[in-house]
Amino acid sequence: MSTVAQPVTATESSARQSVTLAGALNRALGDALEADERVVVFGEDVGPLGGVFRVTDGLAARFGESRVWDSPLAESGIVGTAIGMAMNGLRPVVEMQFDAFAYPAFEQITSHLAKMRNRTSGRVGLPVVVRIPYGGGIGGVEHHCDSSEVYYTHTAGLRVVTCATPADGYRLLRQAIDSPDPVIFLEPKRRYWSKETAELTVDGPALHEARVVRPGRDVTVIAYGGMLATALEAAEMGRAEGYDLEVVDLRSLNPFDDDTVTASVRRTGRAVVVHEAAGFCGYGAEVAARLTEQCFHHLAAPILRVTGLDIPYPPPKLEAHHLPNADRILDAVARLQWEDEPGA
Amino acid sequence: MTEGLLPTDEPIQLIDPAGSRTVTTTFDLPDRETLTALYRAMVSGRRFDAQVTALTRQGRLAVYPSSRGQEACQTGTALALRPQDWLFPTYRDSVAVVTRGIDPMDVLVSFRGDWHCGYDPRQHRTAPQCTPLATNTLHAVGLAHAARLKNEDTVAVVLLGDGATSEGDTHEALNFAAVWKAPVVFVVQNNGYAISVPLHRQTAAPSLAHKGIGYGIRSFRVDGNDAAAVYATVSAAVSAAAAGAGPVLIEAVTYRMEAHTNADDATRYRQDDEVAHWLERDPLRRLATFLGLKGSEFDDEAELLAADVRTRAGTDASPSPESLFEHVYAERPVMLERQMVDALDLPAGGRSGVEGLEEDGRGTR
Ligand SMILES: Cc1ncc(C[n+]2csc(CCOP(=O)(O)OP(=O)(O)O)c2C)c(N)n1
Repeated sequence: MSTVAQPVTATESSARQSVTLAGALNRALGDALEADERVVVFGEDVGPLGGVFRVTDGLAARFGESRVWDSPLAESGIVGTAIGMAMNGLRPVVEMQFDAFAYPAFEQITSHLAKMRNRTSGRVGLPVVVRIPYGGGIGGVEHHCDSSEVYYTHTAGLRVVTCATPADGYRLLRQAIDSPDPVIFLEPKRRYWSKETAELTVDGPALHEARVVRPGRDVTVIAYGGMLATALEAAEMGRAEGYDLEVVDLRSLNPFDDDTVTASVRRTGRAVVVHEAAGFCGYGAEVAARLTEQCFHHLAAPILRVTGLDIPYPPPKLEAHHLPNADRILDAVARLQWEDEPGA
Repeated sequence: MTEGLLPTDEPIQLIDPAGSRTVTTTFDLPDRETLTALYRAMVSGRRFDAQVTALTRQGRLAVYPSSRGQEACQTGTALALRPQDWLFPTYRDSVAVVTRGIDPMDVLVSFRGDWHCGYDPRQHRTAPQCTPLATNTLHAVGLAHAARLKNEDTVAVVLLGDGATSEGDTHEALNFAAVWKAPVVFVVQNNGYAISVPLHRQTAAPSLAHKGIGYGIRSFRVDGNDAAAVYATVSAAVSAAAAGAGPVLIEAVTYRMEAHTNADDATRYRQDDEVAHWLERDPLRRLATFLGLKGSEFDDEAELLAADVRTRAGTDASPSPESLFEHVYAERPVMLERQMVDALDLPAGGRSGVEGLEEDGRGTR
């Protein structure tokens, strides 16, 4: 096996096609395995079954069990051995079956995956991708719906990325696998089956960049992962109410793309941050603090957060009360101290 | 079904505490040249350890967990590795790391508080000394499995303590290694205590080596104060693992002569007569007697090493605050660049490529 870096080429997937997020991620894994023989994929049920969400469907048959295989059932073991493999020149992409089941791997992720490069003064980097299906909205029971992003974003040394659409999921996963840094790759389960007709390519915004998905004049709505579609829905509904919302998809939660987000907020003068996770000490708190520090003189109103409640994830019959929806986003927009008509 | 998986009732011993050959059929005695190399490494290791302990008392180090009493385990393991093999040591294993040929001052970088790891793991095929207990076992399994996938002839040898065997990662590592048939050797230095907690509060297993059978791993129990036995057992395990026979678990029964670290007071949890018992089983004297040496043969060399450590530890390194912002990621993200400019009060104008900085020269964060 050679250890020479392979350039990312996405030619295999470049025709426009109708594809789900799960399908796009599957294509990304297949193309990465094809492009770079150092890439290996392992985890619980990711082999012949193709993962419980079928994101690794067909890969074991296509690439053989020395590239894609089922590991024993132990999350710390999966991440810990991925670290050793990366120390020996491989580029492991591992799957945690569900958000809350990644917690046994927390020590390996925070104490080693995040810190090895720093500890060794740059001599040992760990290009490992930890894929985590995350978030609610699928009627899942306890332990299957957590939005666990801040456990990781608080840890320096990890890149934390969320994908929201099929085309961007493909791009981000290819970029994550190509990154010399460890990446926590959060996949919103509720969007796995949403479709888009798009070209799958790595070209476009880089791994660390946010993107303005919908331009607007009145308010910057900042979202990521499963909440991007909800924010876009709010923007459509808001049009009828006279609000022109700009929607930003953060994509990279750490590092944070201050430049793209502050430019938007300076333009609109108002901001709402949306996420599924609890608001208290949530990711939105950091966003609001940073924007206040950097855009204070451009702000016409306090920055508001629309988030999950400060409770353990509720049972399926109650999750709709917990999760932000387009109405709650528009309620927040309406509270942004409008003296004049929006857009005036 | 369980053949070869269980350890022998008595720990493997090739040389007894009095320095005589033990009658055994397990492994051949290493040749005289190897035994002399082991002795020489133990003399250096003990002198290094004593010097570092003294420097710690003088306040020159932040902390130091001593290897004294465990020299046979640490040199026996380090010397049994082939150049292409990897060692995964813990905070306790400085003597093993020095024996591996790493500059003693580079080993002391972390204990002095200058940085977290002072040597190049890739160059020396030695992972950073690991502090979170048992986590290094999984790294060793992963590295070894990758070696197999790449058709490399590399074995990973991981050191851990008796306390670390209770951690979940040890269980996961033994299981992964066995299922994957990874070329890994687990060397447990059972030194009787995890800080203050004695072994009988750690496990109800007949021995730590007995744990291997539950994973289908061949296991050995060895006299950890007999350098010849440790060396022979680890060498055999490395050869077997390299030949594709899968992982091996070795429990080396030894004793920690010093307190857990310089900050610990061992008199709070153990008796002097226990320490005296182990002094009689000293690994250095045992091998010197067997080899018919006076015991002072390598003293000059060890003294030179200690003097060198003394001199070089006498000057304080002054790590630069800028290094705080290095190697967090492969490339410094813009937000960290700005925080660095801010925290270090650097003139923004003087740092080209830092966009988004306010005119007064402070970072916008
Ligand atoms: C996960 C974890 N828990 C607790 C500690 C604190 N700690 C450091 S050393 C130690 C005892 C370890 O005992 P053992 O594994 O027998 O090794 P020894 O120190 O005796 O070499 C403890 C509890 C730690 N380093 N890591």
